[in-house]
Amino acid sequence: MASPVEQFAVKPIIPIQVGGVDISFTNSALFMTIAVGVSALFFWYGTRKRALVPSRWQSMNEVFYEFIANMIRDNVGKEGMKYFPFIFTLFMFVFLGNMLGLLPYSFTFTSHIAVTAALAVFIFIAVTIIGFARHGTHFLRMFFPHGAPIATAPILIPIELISYLSRPFSLSVRLFANMTVGHIMLKVLAGFVVALGVFGFIPLAVVFGVTLLEIGIAALQAYVFTILTCIYLNDAINMH
Amino acid sequence: MPQFDPTSFPSQLFWLVVTFVILYVLISRFAIPRIGDVMEQRQKMMDDDLDRAAQLKAEAETAVQTYEKALADARAKAHEVMKAATDEMSRKAEERNREVAGRLAQQIADGEARIGKARDEALASVREVATGAAQAIAVKLADVSLADDKVDAAVGAALQESR
Repeated sequence: MASPVEQFAVKPIIPIQVGGVDISFTNSALFMTIAVGVSALFFWYGTRKRALVPSRWQSMNEVFYEFIANMIRDNVGKEGMKYFPFIFTLFMFVFLGNMLGLLPYSFTFTSHIAVTAALAVFIFIAVTIIGFARHGTHFLRMFFPHGAPIATAPILIPIELISYLSRPFSLSVRLFANMTVGHIMLKVLAGFVVALGVFGFIPLAVVFGVTLLEIGIAALQAYVFTILTCIYLNDAINMH
Repeated sequence: MPQFDPTSFPSQLFWLVVTFVILYVLISRFAIPRIGDVMEQRQKMMDDDLDRAAQLKAEAETAVQTYEKALADARAKAHEVMKAATDEMSRKAEERNREVAGRLAQQIADGEARIGKARDEALASVREVATGAAQAIAVKLADVSLADDKVDAAVGAALQESR
C-alpha cells in the first residue's frame, strides 16, 4: 500500500531550470493551470450571452460575483470594493484548488504550505502597507486600542503585536492543515476498504460520507480564507 | 511529508505567481466587467420599469380623480337642473291652481249672485201669487174682497214666519 502522504508529492512534468533554480512545470503547476482554465471556461461560458434573464451558468457566475461582492461590502464597506478583483481571484483560486483536489488522481495545490504561506504572507504584507498608507503612523494605534488604561500597555501591546504577526501563520496553516488532513484521512480509509476484504463496505460507506464532508470543507476553507482576508483588510482600512 | 521538502518550493512559488496573475487579469479585465455590466443593466432596467410603473400609476390615479370629479360635477349639475325643473313646474302648477281657483271663485260668486237674484225674484213673485191667491180664496170662500195692501201685508208676515 502506498504511503498516505505520497499523494502530496510534487513531480515534475516538464523540467525547467533557470539559473540553477528548479522551476519545473509540476503536477502542482498543472492543477493551478487547470484551476485558471476552469475559471476562464466558467466565466466565458457564463457570460457569453449576458442575458437579462440569466441562464443557469450565468446565474452561477452572478452568484459567485454577488457572494464575494457582498462579503466585501459587509466586512470592509464600500472602500473595500477597490480590492474586489483581488479578493475574487483569491476565492476562485483557493476554491478551485480545494475542489479540484477532491477529484480522483488529482493534486491539491492548496495542501502545500509553500502555496498557502505565499498567499498568506502576500496578504499580510499588502494589508500592512495599505494600513500604513491610509493611516500613517496612526496605524500603530492598532496595537493599543483607544480607551485602554495606559498601565495595561506593557501587556496589551505585546499581545496585540503577537496576534497581528501570527495572522499569516494561522491563515496559511489553517488551509494547509485542513486540506492535508482531509486527504490523508480519505487515503487511509480507502486503504481499509481493500484491507478488510468482504467487510470493506463499512469503510467504503465511511469514505463516501467523509468525501461529502470534504467537499463541504473545501468550500468552507475557501470561504474562511477569503473572509479572513476581508477582515484583515477591514482592520487596515477602517481600523478597529 | 513532501510539503516540507524545500526543493519543490521555487517551482511551486513560480507557478503560483504565474497562474495567480493570469487568473487576476482574467477576472479583473474579463469576468468582473462582464458580470457587473449585465447585473447593472438589469438593475437599471428594473429601476426604469419601476419608475415607469410608478409614473403610470400616478397617471391612472390622476385620471381616476379627474373622472370622479367629472362625475361629481355632472351629478351636481343634474341635481341642479332637476331642482330648477321641479321648481319651475311647481311654480307653474301653483300659478295655474291660483288662476283656476280664482276663476272658480268668480264663477261661484256669479252663480251665487244669480241664485240670490232668482230667489229674490221667486220670492217676490210668490208674494204676488200668494196675495192674488189669498184674494181669490177670500172671494170664493167668503165672498169678500180684501184690500190689496192688507193681504199683501199678511202674506208678507206669513212669509216672514215660514222662512
